[in-house]
Amino acid sequence: MGITRKEVEYVAHLARLKLSPEDAESFTARLNQILNYFEKLKELDTSNIEPTSHSIPMVNAFREDVVEPSLDVEEALANAPEREGNFFKVPQIIE
Amino acid sequence: MRLCELTITELSGMLERGECSSVDITKSVYERISEVDKKIHAYLWTNEEYALSQAKEADKKRKARENLNPLLGIPIGLKDLLLTKGVPTTCASRILENFVPPFDATVVKKLKERGVVVVGKLNMDEFAMGSTTEGSAFGPTRNPWGLDYIPGGSSGGSAAAVSSDMCIASLGTDTGGSIRQPASCCGVCGIKPTYGRVSRFGVIAYASSLDQVGPLGKNVRDTAIMLEAVAGFDRCDSTSVKMDVPRYTDSLTGDVKGLKIGLPKEYFVKGIDPEIADTVRNAAKQLEKLGAEVIDVSLPHTEYCIATYYIIAPAEASSNLARYDGVRYGLRVSGEPDTLINMYKATRDRGFSAEVRRRIIIGTYTLSAGYYDAYYLKAQKVRTLIRRDFEQAFQKCDCVITPVLPTPPYKLGTKINDPLEMYLSDIFTVSCNLAGLPGMTVPCGFSKENLPIGMQIMARHFEEEKIFKVAYAYEQSTDWHKRKPKV
Repeated sequence: MGITRKEVEYVAHLARLKLSPEDAESFTARLNQILNYFEKLKELDTSNIEPTSHSIPMVNAFREDVVEPSLDVEEALANAPEREGNFFKVPQIIE
Repeated sequence: MRLCELTITELSGMLERGECSSVDITKSVYERISEVDKKIHAYLWTNEEYALSQAKEADKKRKARENLNPLLGIPIGLKDLLLTKGVPTTCASRILENFVPPFDATVVKKLKERGVVVVGKLNMDEFAMGSTTEGSAFGPTRNPWGLDYIPGGSSGGSAAAVSSDMCIASLGTDTGGSIRQPASCCGVCGIKPTYGRVSRFGVIAYASSLDQVGPLGKNVRDTAIMLEAVAGFDRCDSTSVKMDVPRYTDSLTGDVKGLKIGLPKEYFVKGIDPEIADTVRNAAKQLEKLGAEVIDVSLPHTEYCIATYYIIAPAEASSNLARYDGVRYGLRVSGEPDTLINMYKATRDRGFSAEVRRRIIIGTYTLSAGYYDAYYLKAQKVRTLIRRDFEQAFQKCDCVITPVLPTPPYKLGTKINDPLEMYLSDIFTVSCNLAGLPGMTVPCGFSKENLPIGMQIMARHFEEEKIFKVAYAYEQSTDWHKRKPKV
């Protein structure tokens, strides 16, 4: 299972990454090398094995839904690259 | 003997007897930083006034006989992915270059409650993705034992600073070996606790099912003191575990009689530097002399660990790093034309290094429709097999001892252009994270070139005490931990 340059460019777009033509070229080669290494896992029959998503035995953690103080608006906006009033400002998205 | 060269245990005794103040210790640490950090580059952020004001506060507390504990007034360094209120936290990435967090990570809060002196923020591989600290966007850290050599990674700054006395102890994080590898390369102790033992709240995420915070220290006792301070349930992290925190220092008895130590045969195979294998085997022999029983065990799926890890970690990273979009914090670069999508892309292009972008693309690919089953789900199933290997081994032994790295530290620049080669050097450390186990590095010798070699001790979930017991008994019968690099 190889990955083509076109697929790399498509996945990069999904991940909102810009790829220069040189990057697309070198990433495709690197990724194929890495994906090829992943093929090793095919040696193992895992048809009856449960997947592990959490390494220690643990079920859902619930707590009461209680209203508590949260970050002050000014603190929350202090790192904003751009703001308008109490909002984060982004480039226009609706015509 | 300079104050910065001493341990937490020694310094807290001196502070208590009035032989020095926290201000004295902090000044000594800063003097050391100004002497050697130009060469080593362990710190990304320091501020002597900020540190001294905390030291004065600690001295005041002690005078008033308040908050007396072994960490009161002790200078500690923090890996630069732990959020520190009002102090820049960059994750060694351009994308967070000017980020100043509005709150403290829980581990930072806990240390501050004990009255430590935060010395500064320590260098690392960008977003903790790397094994050498060459991946920092702000330049590499160098190994105090040999400036041409890597300090290990990703917590390279945390290890180098402890080793060269630029802090008394530090915190790092470990997703696939990022505490244990640099501890080994720099000749210090470092423990990755059981998954869930320490809160991850306010810790910039790499791979959430693998990440843990842990301490690095000059010896086993200091490391145990630090873990005791930061461990425990946190309601802000739903994966932290509701279990009491033991007094880890109580397990430092020096007695290992009757303990069974397993040597996994798959960790002593062709490809490992014979110098490493011999050094670690000698450490096991030493423990045998002290009364432990050493047996052979098997972890048959070891050879599948790297592929499993390098599927799971980038997949989780691709999701975690989606938040860096130039909207709420961090870097923003306008696109051309200036649409929202172009802004995202321009920001992430300028903000992330090639290695970070590579891992995001791998992760996005292996999680995408059509490939999920073949890669991510498959890796999670193999993760089950790896976990079971350990369960079976631990039916025969109390802990296992292995090498940390297949080779001694190598020179900077050796593997930076070959990611797969670098990934393979994680072979002995990633299994511990995949299985969620605690694992610790303890210095156990030096290479021909006089570079440190560590051994790894792993035990069952939440059995950090057993690890400390073995580590301490070994350490007390050797003097590796007393050696200092000449910088």
